[in-house]
Amino acid sequence: MQFSVLVETRLREGIADPEGATIERSLPALGFDGVSGVRVGKCFRFTIESGDEAGARAEVDDMCKRFLANPVIEDATVTLETGGAA
Amino acid sequence: MAAVVGVVVFPGSNCELDVVEAIRSLGGEGRLLWHGDTSLGGADAVVLPGGFAHGDYLRPGAIARFSPVMQAVHEHAAAGGPVVGICNGFQVLCEAGLLPGALQKNAGLKFLCRPVSLRVEAGGTALTTGVGTGTELTIPINHFEGNFTCEPETLAELRADDRIVLRYVDNPNGSVDDIAGICSTGRNVVGLMPHPERASHPLLGSTDGVPLLRSLLVTAAALTA
Repeated sequence: MQFSVLVETRLREGIADPEGATIERSLPALGFDGVSGVRVGKCFRFTIESGDEAGARAEVDDMCKRFLANPVIEDATVTLETGGAA
Repeated sequence: MAAVVGVVVFPGSNCELDVVEAIRSLGGEGRLLWHGDTSLGGADAVVLPGGFAHGDYLRPGAIARFSPVMQAVHEHAAAGGPVVGICNGFQVLCEAGLLPGALQKNAGLKFLCRPVSLRVEAGGTALTTGVGTGTELTIPINHFEGNFTCEPETLAELRADDRIVLRYVDNPNGSVDDIAGICSTGRNVVGLMPHPERASHPLLGSTDGVPLLRSLLVTAAALTA
């Protein structure tokens, strides 16, 4: 089976995000008031072949832990959908 | 016989020749190694130089750690051989798990390129053998992602084991505990953000990197003796 995958990585809670903070400070200058908690991350989209959803998820989780995210500073969330390219 | 220092060239490294030249000027033999090599070619010590290995794609060091040469670097480190990562090389060592922690974007979001004052905090490492603790050195930094961070438990371990090798006198990038360089439990693997090779000749404005590089040659030679 083919699954379309979306992996999002971002700096973990408690890890300072200077990029997010800078964007947050800039928003009021454009008139966007009341925005808080800006965090900047990356996203990865791909498809993966696997026998079932649990297998696909296990493989993507492992990929996140060992490569896509640095667990020292980053968290990853995985969204899986049955079917082709996202 | 002169100690041989292998300097790994990844696609995107850009400080390798500076390191080789600095090592030569101190009487060592600097030799370039390609990241695709599977051995260190008999080098007594390894330096992972500064630059942008593999374009810093994904994260600095994230892809370099899979380069074939890294297996040999791991084995050299495990056998007690000196391994030094400078700047991008430090990032590679952290991603490779040879050193703990991670280097994130500078707190001020500025690329920093200037000489900074450092204090030697721990002796007996590959870079600080024969260099007195408390010594202050002025050595350039040149990085965007040099803000060292780690889990509180890791920081406690680094402190307890006297593994914080260098601290910034005036923290430029937000590094936890002013850390500029750390070492492994065996003290043979050292990572630092400042560039000692850029402070290795009077023409460069400082020779304060010389004691650190000399220490590398001394520890490399001691292993072969």
